[in-house]
Amino acid sequence: MTGSLAALGAGLAVIGAGIGIGLIGGRAMEGIARQPEAAGDIRSNMILMAALVEGAALIAIILSFFV
Amino acid sequence: MDKYFVVFSFFFFTVFASLMLPVNSSAQGHPVEHNEQSHDLHKKDHTDNHAEEEGFNTAATAFHHISDQNIFNIGPFHIPLPCILYAPGKGLSVFSSSKFDIGSHGIGHNAVDGYVLYEGSVRRIVDPDFPQGLVKLDGEHPFDLQKVQINGKEKEQVAVLYNNKNYNTLAKSTLDGGVMGGGITNFYDFSITKNVVSMILMCLFLAWIFIKIARMYKIRRGKEPRGIQSFMEPIFLFIQEEVSKPFLGDKWEKYQPFLMALFFFILSLNLFGQIPFLGGANVTGNISVTLVLALIVFIVTNLNGKKAYWKHIFWMPGVPALLKIFILTPVEIMGMFIKPLTLMLRLGANIIAGHMTIIAFVGLIFIFRHQFGGAVGTGVGFGMSVPLTMFMMAIELLVAFIQAFVFTILTASYIGAAIEEEHH
Repeated sequence: MTGSLAALGAGLAVIGAGIGIGLIGGRAMEGIARQPEAAGDIRSNMILMAALVEGAALIAIILSFFV
Repeated sequence: MDKYFVVFSFFFFTVFASLMLPVNSSAQGHPVEHNEQSHDLHKKDHTDNHAEEEGFNTAATAFHHISDQNIFNIGPFHIPLPCILYAPGKGLSVFSSSKFDIGSHGIGHNAVDGYVLYEGSVRRIVDPDFPQGLVKLDGEHPFDLQKVQINGKEKEQVAVLYNNKNYNTLAKSTLDGGVMGGGITNFYDFSITKNVVSMILMCLFLAWIFIKIARMYKIRRGKEPRGIQSFMEPIFLFIQEEVSKPFLGDKWEKYQPFLMALFFFILSLNLFGQIPFLGGANVTGNISVTLVLALIVFIVTNLNGKKAYWKHIFWMPGVPALLKIFILTPVEIMGMFIKPLTLMLRLGANIIAGHMTIIAFVGLIFIFRHQFGGAVGTGVGFGMSVPLTMFMMAIELLVAFIQAFVFTILTASYIGAAIEEEHH
C-alpha cells in the first residue's frame, strides 16, 4: 500500500465535521418546525455554528497537506 | 464621517496586509548550509524523479496556483508587475517582472541581478558568482526540479540552467505565496505581487461604490433607494441589525464602520478570487492576509477592553484562588490569543480548501488523459470535471458570503464581550 496517512487524517476530520454539522442542521430543523416564527434567528445561528465546526475540520485538512 | 472611515480602513488593511506578505514569510534569512549536501543527493535522485514528472501532480499544481505570484494573468496574457527585492549585502533591486521574459506557466527565460522567475514567483540564485544584470538562461525551460532530503524532510530544490551548469536557488521568499510562512531563503520580496494588486483594485472599487452611494443618499434624501444603492442597503442593514446591534448593545455605532470594512473587504476579495481567468488571486486564502486581519481584530478588541473584561481574564470573580492561578487565568490568557488565531485559520483554510478543490476537479481532465490517453481520456475527464467544478464554484460562492459573515459576527462577539460593563 502506498500513499500517506495524511489523507486518512483528512478523511477522519471530515467525518467529525460531518457529524457535527449534521447535528447542528438537524436540531435547527427541529427548532424551526417547533417555532417557525424564530426561523430567521435559528438560521443565522445555525450558519455560525456550522462555520465554527467546519473551521476545525478545515484546519485539520490544511495541516494534512503540510505533513 | 463614517463613510470616510470605511474608505480609510480599506486602505489601512491593504497597506498592512501588503507589508506583511513578504515580511512574514521571509523572516528566516538563513544562508544555505545544506547546499553541498543537497548537491550530492540530487544527482542520485535525478533518475527516479523524471519518471514521476511525466504524470500530472495535482497537489503541486494546486499549490502553485493558490500561491502569490509576481505576474498577473488575465486569460492567456501576462501582465508584468514591479519587483522590489532586497538581499542583505547586495541591496535593493527594483525592476519590472517583464525583464524575466515570461513564458508559459510563469517561467522566466532571463535572470536579472541573480534573481529568476520560476512558476510565477521570484527566486534567488545562491551562488554569488552568478553574473549580475540581465542574463539569458539556457533553452525554453531553463529549470531543473529535484527533490532533496534536508534534515530528513523532502524538499523541492529548483536549479537554474545557465552555460550548461546548474545553479541552485533557495525557496521563494513567499513560499507557496506565504500560505504557511516561509522557506529558508536569503532575500526579502517586497514586490507589488498579484495579491497586493488585487487588494488595491478591490479597495479602489469599494471606495468608488461607497462614495457613490453616500452621495446618492445625500441627493435622494428621504426617497426610496435606487440602483446600486438598493443592492447595498439590505446588506448594510443586515450587518447592522443581525451583527452590530445584538452583539454590541448600545455602543454599536462606534464599531459599525470597522465591522463594515471587515465584511466588505473580505467579501469582495473572496468573490474577486473566484472569477475564473481573471488572475484568480487567492488573497483571503493567504495566511499572511488573514493574519493581519486577525491582528487588527485582536488590537481593536483589547484596546477597547473594559475593566470587567480584564478582570474576567486575570482574576475571575467567584472562583477559588488556587483554581484561578493554576487553571483559569492561563486558560483565559491563551484564549485571548486563540480567538484571533482561529479567525485567521478559519477564513484562510476555507478559501484555500475551495480553491484547491476546484483545481483538483479541473485536474481530473489531465489525470484521465494521462490514464486513458488522447481524446477519449480528455473527453471523459472533461465530462466529469465540468459539472463537479461548477458545483464546487456554486458552493464557493456561498462560502464567500458565509465566511465574510462569520468573520464579522465573531469579531462583533469578541468586541461585544470586551466592552461589556460589569453586571453582578
